[in-house]
Amino acid sequence: MTSTPLAPPACPVRRRPFRELLRVEARLFARSASSVLWTALIPVAAVVVLAVVPATRRPSDTYGGLSPLRVYLPILMMYVFVMSAVNLLPAVLAGYREKGILRRLSTTPVPPSRLLGAQGLIYLGVGVVIDVVLLVVAICAGVPVPRQLPGFVLSLLLVAAATLAIGLLVTALAGTERIANALGMLVFFPLMFFAGLWIPRAKMNHPLRTISDYSPLGAGVRAVQASLEGHGPAAAPLLVLAGYAVACGAIAARRFRWR
Amino acid sequence: MTVVEVARLHKVYGERVAVRDISFSVAEGEIFGLLGPNAAGKTTTVECVAGLRRPDGGAVRVLGRDPALHRGAVTASLGVQLQDSDLQPNLRVREAIDLFASFYPHPADPGELLDVLGLGRHGGVRFGKLSGGQRQRLSIALALVGRPKVAILDELTTGLDPAARRDTWELISSVRERGVTILLVTHFMAEAERLCDRVAVIDAGRVLACDSPSALTTRLDAGQRLRFVPSAPLDDTRLAALAGIESVSRHGDEVLVVGDADALSTVTAHLARAGVLAHRLRVEQPSLDDAYLALTSSAAS
Repeated sequence: MTSTPLAPPACPVRRRPFRELLRVEARLFARSASSVLWTALIPVAAVVVLAVVPATRRPSDTYGGLSPLRVYLPILMMYVFVMSAVNLLPAVLAGYREKGILRRLSTTPVPPSRLLGAQGLIYLGVGVVIDVVLLVVAICAGVPVPRQLPGFVLSLLLVAAATLAIGLLVTALAGTERIANALGMLVFFPLMFFAGLWIPRAKMNHPLRTISDYSPLGAGVRAVQASLEGHGPAAAPLLVLAGYAVACGAIAARRFRWR
Repeated sequence: MTVVEVARLHKVYGERVAVRDISFSVAEGEIFGLLGPNAAGKTTTVECVAGLRRPDGGAVRVLGRDPALHRGAVTASLGVQLQDSDLQPNLRVREAIDLFASFYPHPADPGELLDVLGLGRHGGVRFGKLSGGQRQRLSIALALVGRPKVAILDELTTGLDPAARRDTWELISSVRERGVTILLVTHFMAEAERLCDRVAVIDAGRVLACDSPSALTTRLDAGQRLRFVPSAPLDDTRLAALAGIESVSRHGDEVLVVGDADALSTVTAHLARAGVLAHRLRVEQPSLDDAYLALTSSAAS
């Protein structure tokens, strides 16, 4: 050991690399103002508006007897996951690949898959936290506390898994940050359309609603809505979500390039 | 002790052969240069040494291990600075070095390392705001923070201004004094001449020559070119008739004499006898540049 190492003495403290990665990446997320704005502030602002306008708290026939707030709450919850896992995450990861950050990491004892893991945790974590905030705001505005809490949590976890898998697929298919951004936007619209952002599911005609049932976020809205209304979510939407998570995740894993 | 061993390395990308047949070995404590034109196969070779690519033929050993298989052992003792590897633009210098230090079992003190590299006062600056030279130095710091036994530095000074390049060279010399073996990739002859104990000249995926820079230049016909302005009129034909002198020509006031390795002593003795002083005398000897050009052009023909 006398001849080889670099002169400065060894640092006595040995830290955990994954925790360090997680901390650094979380800070970087907080420093990117636009991502914070798009994922966090917009849906929270939307639900606050829905919560303070009295008319949107009352049941309405056009929404199948539910209040607009109760209809849009799950849709906004889906929006948060789409923004974080399908739009922001792929752009960040593709950018890291483009800039050689993943390659540089490959030359250290910490493989770049750890960075992927840290990023996934951060973006999903942000999704979960904001969705909880949305729920709390809605509860304050009179939406009942979900009586099916385990069903609600399970639904949300499956939504997280499915959107993360879709996001990783986008990352795998996109060569550059720009393409990842474009692809992210391209999937955003159909995903959110079938989640009911522009036409709530209750107002969709039969064929549209069937497509929505089999779309990842249509299934997500169905499962979350049911658990918010106090029913256990049906098996069908949960299976659809799990299917997307497994299928997209498998293709992403096969097609993923580290450089 | 051999630290890096590359034996009959072969690597193809689809149809294109990037590395045809490259062998060399780097001894402990050495600065070894890989020299060659663009697309000669230098970067592919170091990527195989770093374990980022698997060779299609031949073998690579770093500290006795296969870098593509024993990732854990090799990455812990091999520091790598690659071309075109940026960092997150919003990452601060200090955060970057602390992060990379946490990856290694016995890291160097990040603060001291930054001081050594002249980045001590820039700890709070984001990567995106650093100058090219500062980025390069941070990149070197990240390659060294794990206290590696071997460091690979690829196109270290490309894109740096002359002052920053000189600083970087001094830095590399000081890193070697700490016992780190260095594999340096470059296409600057001056850099190789100044830093490397030995260089391998590579072209079209082969090693053309492997020796110390001075040995490579003396391999060339060791001719000399002298230029001077004579203090009094001088008979060029008598000068040209001297033993070992090939040609004498005039360029304005200046006389250019081309001759063999002893041309300088022959000419100065003759001038002394004739009572003529040689003003502004310059002797041009073949440089690594000439050796490199001779090697690569004869390979091309």
